[in-house]
Amino acid sequence: MSTREIAGQTIDLTDEGFMTDYTQWNKEIAEILAKEEGIESLTDRHYEVMEFMRKEYEENGTAPSIRKLNKLNVVPTKELYQLFPGGPAKKAAKIAGLTKPQGCI
Amino acid sequence: MSDKPEPIKKVSIICAQGSLEGVYPALIMANGARMEGIEASIFFTFFGLNAVNKSTMNKLKVATVGNPAMNMAMPMLKLPITMPFPTLMGAIPGVSNFASWMMKNEMEKLDVPPVDEFLEMISDAGGELYACKLAMDMFKLTKEDLCDQISDVLTVGEFYEKSAGASIIFI
Repeated sequence: MSTREIAGQTIDLTDEGFMTDYTQWNKEIAEILAKEEGIESLTDRHYEVMEFMRKEYEENGTAPSIRKLNKLNVVPTKELYQLFPGGPAKKAAKIAGLTKPQGCI
Repeated sequence: MSDKPEPIKKVSIICAQGSLEGVYPALIMANGARMEGIEASIFFTFFGLNAVNKSTMNKLKVATVGNPAMNMAMPMLKLPITMPFPTLMGAIPGVSNFASWMMKNEMEKLDVPPVDEFLEMISDAGGELYACKLAMDMFKLTKEDLCDQISDVLTVGEFYEKSAGASIIFI
């Protein structure tokens, strides 16, 4: 656990860099985290996916699975992998200010 | 020089069994690899072809006969895991169907998709799915018998070529 000063705000992070309190998140933080994950700029599509994930997280305490995102027509699996290349579930959760997803699927 | 081990970059999974418990580990490992950004492929061979054959893929069964790992600890029976599943009971028509159905139900609860959807998911995630040529010839199968996600039918040699730099996992 550590804290970090980012976009003029202090956020709490796990050792792997996942935010522990999603309410500390904002879009400026997302942009910086995205760059660190190798995503140059976040599009509206990125935000649509992340907003849905955050809503689910708020309601259920966990981020939705890739399968759920596909089934609920939020984002097709193929597109999700293009939006967040190299580990979409983890990357999207990290940039969206959520804790690390625990599922295997 | 750092002594931190190299992360895994690529896996080639061989799926050689056609039972429910033989196929799912291959699918889960391949999908899990893609989720971590690891390149992944599955080579379906021998009875493993059942998992990609359109007419059998969603009818995979768990073996209730001659399966020493099967036990009575099923959700609705609530018996201890140390109690073996009697082979004679497993031989009764419909028991394997029922056990398989129950297992699939449990998996669905854990968000594990049925085989056809799972293959689509792995393929959409960029995983490559291959069928073994020799096994195809043996079972008299053609590419038309297989699901659309199979990108190629390979000889063993071709499989090794495609697996350059990969860790090979045999299931």
